[in-house]
Amino acid sequence: MSSLQFVGVAVAFMSALGVVLASILVVANRWLFVLEDPRIDDVEDLLPKANCGACGTPGCRPFAEKLVKGEVDPGLCTVNSKDTNQIIANFLGVQLGTHEKRVARLACAGGAHVAYIRASYAGLGSCRGASLVAGGGKGCAWGCLGMGDCATVCTFDAIHMDRHGLPVVDADKCTACGDCVDVCPKDLFEIHPVSHRLWVACRNREFGDAAEAQCEVICTACERCAVDSPEGLITIRNNLAVIDYGKNRLASKVAIERCPTGAIVWREPDESVIKGRDARKIIRKTALPVG
Amino acid sequence: MMRLLNLFRRHKTFSHGGIHPLEYKERTAGLAIRRLPFAPRIVVPLAQHKGAPAVPLVTVGQQVVRGEPIAGADGHVSVPMHAPATGRIAAIDLWPTAEGPKAPAIVIEVSQAANQAVLYDEPVDVLALSPEEIVQAVKDAGLVGLGGAAFPSHVKLAAPPDKPIRTLLINGCECEPYLTCDHRVMLEKTDALLHGIRIVMHATGADRALIGVEDNKMDAVRAIADKLPDDGPISVHAVEAKYPQGAEKMLIESLLGEQIPEGGLPLDLGVAVYNVGTLAQMGELLPLGRGLIERVVTVSGPAVVHPGNYLVPIGTPVGFLLQQVGADAAANEVILGGPMMGMTVASLDVPVTKGVSGIVVYAAGDADQQPRTVYPCIKCSRCVEVCPMHLNPSMLGQLAQKREYGRMEHEHHLSQCFECGCCAYVCPSNIPLTQYFRIAKAINRETPTVAV
Repeated sequence: MSSLQFVGVAVAFMSALGVVLASILVVANRWLFVLEDPRIDDVEDLLPKANCGACGTPGCRPFAEKLVKGEVDPGLCTVNSKDTNQIIANFLGVQLGTHEKRVARLACAGGAHVAYIRASYAGLGSCRGASLVAGGGKGCAWGCLGMGDCATVCTFDAIHMDRHGLPVVDADKCTACGDCVDVCPKDLFEIHPVSHRLWVACRNREFGDAAEAQCEVICTACERCAVDSPEGLITIRNNLAVIDYGKNRLASKVAIERCPTGAIVWREPDESVIKGRDARKIIRKTALPVG
Repeated sequence: MMRLLNLFRRHKTFSHGGIHPLEYKERTAGLAIRRLPFAPRIVVPLAQHKGAPAVPLVTVGQQVVRGEPIAGADGHVSVPMHAPATGRIAAIDLWPTAEGPKAPAIVIEVSQAANQAVLYDEPVDVLALSPEEIVQAVKDAGLVGLGGAAFPSHVKLAAPPDKPIRTLLINGCECEPYLTCDHRVMLEKTDALLHGIRIVMHATGADRALIGVEDNKMDAVRAIADKLPDDGPISVHAVEAKYPQGAEKMLIESLLGEQIPEGGLPLDLGVAVYNVGTLAQMGELLPLGRGLIERVVTVSGPAVVHPGNYLVPIGTPVGFLLQQVGADAAANEVILGGPMMGMTVASLDVPVTKGVSGIVVYAAGDADQQPRTVYPCIKCSRCVEVCPMHLNPSMLGQLAQKREYGRMEHEHHLSQCFECGCCAYVCPSNIPLTQYFRIAKAINRETPTVAV
């Protein structure tokens, strides 16, 4: 055979193969066609694609699917602006849905200026690492270690460490996705609706002077908040004031007024902190010495 | 080439990895075990062993006598506690632990007038008891692994019927730098140790017992060999002095030439491993029917003025112990256990527990205390060479930095790492590999279904 014939056979064979494969694809496309609502793609485009999980679904695509099915409201997405959520609601012809803003809160107020450090930690600059070395050296075994694992993990830049080494949550940016809750080795973060105004910023389980020797803003389990509040709103469990948020409508500022350390606080809607009248005034700006 | 060199080695060892850190044992190896005064307050944590915490049997204000049971075991994997000193129960309260979180403990105010005699004797001929009775007696004595793991000893004795214990290994390696307590126990309590071995052989039905001792303690090997008949079931073997020779898996490989399959237990090979200190206490306490109330602790390190091997009541606060040996002023870092695998404590109120074999104290100026800059991994593979578990610490470390904890477990066998610290010790870039692995393991434990 001449070289021209070789080329001819090859071209013919490849063309035939192409036709066969193409026809398989055509048949497969008909047979295996899945009708998908085109609105899912449109809605997904309007979602932030942060895949944070704050809405309770694994990511934005499953959320878009649920939106189109009408199982959830667009308002559930805490990352999107309200306007964009409204666009989704208009597009799908549904109500926006009112979902109360939720934020992450830290159950510790023991910054370096009020909480004693018993031993200084040297090693990896990570809370998780420090907590594995004798608990991190902080006098309070329950308190924030202040190395910022939460600030590192936050996708939305909502957590910053303040001058005393405590994470501060930016309520505007916080989407309540829960990443900080998972990462904190001391389990100090909780997600709460902003309507939960009363907040105990402490997890220490010790009593009275033993507790106060560790931190100046500690809950000493003195029970004043529990006594001043309506029955059952605040109980003392494991030497710690625990708020029953089921009775949240009974909550008032009365509970915080007589707290001697300011461990129980009142959160304004913008998450700023108000301490009670009797709370010890902290004027120290510098860190306490180690020891 | 390394295999060829092994042929010329005098003593058996494990096949891969290991390091030779400076031993620093000479300061305390020649010092006989001695006692110290009782601390004014003794703190007995309810959870100083693996398993369920003990349940207090006493109430605040009650007087207790040395050796009296003060807390009972809660279930099978748990042990009782005995009063380490005569005194009054001052509190049952949260107390700092070496691990960090505060945990419930019984605080005894030691009676200064008491003669501190143990009045709780129930002498018994242990070798006449049935295996079940011995298991119960070991549990009642509150014995746990004194090498550091603090796993209840009776649980290892009661092997399931389908996996009988054929071989007993007795771990006298003591490969950690500074520590010499097991060395002294082998020299001074040889008879109690051998009696303990016979008790365990009787209880488990094991037909041979091998004592493994590192070859830097040949005096201990000779002391034990002198008391053994040549062809008896108990034999003593020198193994190469190489860290981590005293790890259970390493010692099994060194003495028996077998490796435990991944995720398996020594029991899968019909082997049980006991520390020499545990068996010496067993041989001493069981015939008397007493509980474990004190243990030998090596207190050493550059900051200690009077290093030594001290017989310390369980629950003695570390701070009191350091006062007695003249280390409290200079102390900068206090490690419970050895410097390789021990735990740094954050509070001197932490008590000596059953699993504490040594206290190593560094002063602020010591070379070990200088801050070290961490550099990136240069892929020199020295960590791979020294890892006794044949892992790839370099790769694991890089995955840890990317927080790929699931891949560390599923692709690189993270759970096989027993945190011996060889990789971090040799790393020229000062990467805290072992700390990365501990973090990864802690996170993997919290999220059991890690995504691959």
